[in-house]
Amino acid sequence: MDLQVEGLALDRGGWRLFETLSFSAQPGEHVALTGPNGAGKTSLLRAIAGFLRPSAGTIALRGGAEDPATRIHFLGHRDGLKAPLDARAHLRHWAALLGGTETGDVIGRLGLDRVADLPARTLSAGQSRRLALARLLVASRPVWLLDEPASALDAEGKALLNGLMDTHRAGGGIVIAAVHEPLGAPSQTIALGL
Amino acid sequence: MSILRATAAVFRRDLALAWAAGGGAAAPVGFFIGATTLIPLTAGPDRATLALIGAPLLWLTAALAALMVLERLFQADLEDGSLDQLLLSPAPLELLVAAKGAALWVAIGAPLALAAIPMALAMQTPPHAAPVVALGLLVGLAAFIGAGLFGAALAAGVRRGGVLIAILVLPFFAPPIIFGASAASAAVEHGLFTPAFSLLCACALGAVALGPIGAAAALRLHLE
Repeated sequence: MDLQVEGLALDRGGWRLFETLSFSAQPGEHVALTGPNGAGKTSLLRAIAGFLRPSAGTIALRGGAEDPATRIHFLGHRDGLKAPLDARAHLRHWAALLGGTETGDVIGRLGLDRVADLPARTLSAGQSRRLALARLLVASRPVWLLDEPASALDAEGKALLNGLMDTHRAGGGIVIAAVHEPLGAPSQTIALGL
Repeated sequence: MSILRATAAVFRRDLALAWAAGGGAAAPVGFFIGATTLIPLTAGPDRATLALIGAPLLWLTAALAALMVLERLFQADLEDGSLDQLLLSPAPLELLVAAKGAALWVAIGAPLALAAIPMALAMQTPPHAAPVVALGLLVGLAAFIGAGLFGAALAAGVRRGGVLIAILVLPFFAPPIIFGASAASAAVEHGLFTPAFSLLCACALGAVALGPIGAAAALRLHLE
């Protein structure tokens, strides 16, 4: 399983964000996307997820015959939480929706034990983000697309996120993360908007 | 298997959310009961007048109640990022959209149809015809929601999109309203199985079959 991006160009609202972008990611790799606000980091992640149509070029996820959408986790800057539902209800829902199994103590691993039964509206921004990160664990998918994953996380949360990414890479997964602050140990860095 | 599981998950969650605090189902049901309670007060106690206008006004109120819930149906998912997750499911978006519509139908259709029985009786509908009016409304709501899915999906990215949704879907509300109201009138003499009721069911089937396909296409545009 590897990701190949070739000659990619993306437009947003009539603007050309970038063109002729090419890179590839092998299993176990961590690609960091950097660049100023508006450089196209989020758009690139959304294009890889299949939400945006590229203006030119190709994005290919090779290896594995199934639908590419079922091999991708997308963690956007919005956490995808529903205010009245608690953490367990979210995990149950994501496991069923994304075709995963709720294995092990995901809530404990993310440090959410104390708030597991509280509605999401009472969670802090950092706790919400931790719950969103839990989604990565309830369904096993090889490609993680993370948009500013460390935002709102405290030092312990960042360490936790690094641990999750390391485990995922060690298992042959690919991580592509848009970041402003350095995060983990990326195997390559792509600077957009230069 | 995973497709069914994902679809069922969306259905269950939307049903739970509809009746959770701040959910969308209480307002239209409350509106329906409140507005239909006022009809006999505004029209006066004349039995013949009430019998004539009762069923049509129940239908009108039900259509407006359905319009009320459509605005937030996809907008909330678009704003909080849940829509992205629907696209990453092994189940096709069309099916997940249909599950959302089905959950909404159960959440507001069942209480609305139940409330319609006493309301129809209050408006001098004969007792044997009142359940037919309620059943017709239940089928009619399926038609409203099926067509409404499409309008709600198109307007999901628009702030205060309720007016836009109304303009988009009201033409599609016309056939079920016409057949539904005439099925309700015909029920007094002919019971449930009238041509109007069959045509109402046909409208509902068409809307339920086509609505999710159009809605899924519109939602994909919003994510572009």
